[in-house]
Amino acid sequence: MIYVENLHKYFGDLQVLKGVNQHIKKGEKVAVIGPSGSGKSTFLRCLNMLEVPTNGKILIDGEEITAPGSDINKIRQKMGMVFQQFNLFPHKTVMGNITMAPVTLKRMSKDEAEAKAEELLRRVGLLDKAMAYPAQLSGGQKQRIAIARALAMEPEIMLFDEPTSALDPEMVGEVLEVMTDLADAGMTMVVVTHEMGFAREVSNRVLFMDGGYVMEEGNPEQIFQNPQNERTKEFLRKVL
Amino acid sequence: MFDWLAAGWANFCEGFYNNLIHADRWKLLLEGLGVTLEITCAAIVMGTILGVILAFMKMSKIKLFRGIAKTYIEIIRGTPTTVQLLIMYMGVFASVSAPKWIVASIAFGMNSAAYVAEIVRAGVESVDHGQIEAGRSLGLSNLQTTMKIVLPQAIKIALPTYTSEFIVLLKETSIAGYIAMEDLTKVASMITSRTFNAWFPLLTAALLYFLMTFTLAKIFGCLERRLRKSDLR
Repeated sequence: MIYVENLHKYFGDLQVLKGVNQHIKKGEKVAVIGPSGSGKSTFLRCLNMLEVPTNGKILIDGEEITAPGSDINKIRQKMGMVFQQFNLFPHKTVMGNITMAPVTLKRMSKDEAEAKAEELLRRVGLLDKAMAYPAQLSGGQKQRIAIARALAMEPEIMLFDEPTSALDPEMVGEVLEVMTDLADAGMTMVVVTHEMGFAREVSNRVLFMDGGYVMEEGNPEQIFQNPQNERTKEFLRKVL
Repeated sequence: MFDWLAAGWANFCEGFYNNLIHADRWKLLLEGLGVTLEITCAAIVMGTILGVILAFMKMSKIKLFRGIAKTYIEIIRGTPTTVQLLIMYMGVFASVSAPKWIVASIAFGMNSAAYVAEIVRAGVESVDHGQIEAGRSLGLSNLQTTMKIVLPQAIKIALPTYTSEFIVLLKETSIAGYIAMEDLTKVASMITSRTFNAWFPLLTAALLYFLMTFTLAKIFGCLERRLRKSDLR
């Protein structure tokens, strides 16, 4: 579903990704872990071209999104993204946040989008907040709404960029719960995270990134119980 | 004591009559008010449209557009409005017979555009970049993201400064007399030169300007409060 081939990314002179190769299959839940500055967020943001790769190829569903002239807006509609800072639209109600994209992009009529939004709000447990504005919500609620907003486009892939890092500790659980439900429902997910518990319990593949490379990858048991790479061992010693 | 008061009152009534009633001078003032409003409205519409275009040119990726917008804004901001108005009237429109109010509106509109451009740019640039990323990641195009997400938030931020610009523009039209337009200020000073009374015509003009700017500020204040309803916690 997602092919990444020899991905390089420079910010000016700084090389952030030094050749990443990955194949993520449909239904896989991939957790990307690693120290800050390792390139894991940049890797994720390249997958939907929020960062334009300097070199290399990315294919989504067989379509090369890095090719000049590819319709990136079309492809992004299949890929939801959840940000560390939520990025809800402050001038819209929760309902407005969720229905804006499907209605604007003519994927659904307003009525259909609202029905879909209600279903999603029920799923994330926030149906009573439909008419609230983002400023009236807690961090955990905002992030659950952000997930619902991304799901309203009925994506095939969900990208999460440190979704719990900006949350107060007592709110992390409610967001992870929604993500776990989503994983159980078979969504293809790529999650950049510092939540090792989540990476261990929910993902079926863990990538450890450091210095712009994927240093080690494997299923959670391998990575967490029996890491091979020195850097992985060192990192896990610090965070576990 | 009461004699003095009575004499003062009689004096006031006479002044009032001579400066505002006699020879239908109040009508003259109202006409002047009409001219002021006419120029202001035409100029703010033009200034806003041109200003928004300039703002997006200045934020454009294309160097030529940025250069044009930057130069325009620097020149307009760096020269007096009066000189711009005179250049427009005696230079640009010297050989074209256009109604004076159009000449004035274009001069004031072009002037205001430079300031509106900076107001709009400041508003747009203060919208968090994450908002754009959120819009684009949902599959919205650049234009859709600008229209649906960036501009509504930018307008809310820019509205107070835009109100000020509107008020400044309204007051600045008082120099329209330089090209012999009979706006509120010109009419008031015309009456003064007839009646040799400085107080009644000029204070009336001042009061009328104040009422207009006060009303404008009130209207925009209401708008601001309505836009702010999403900030309530």
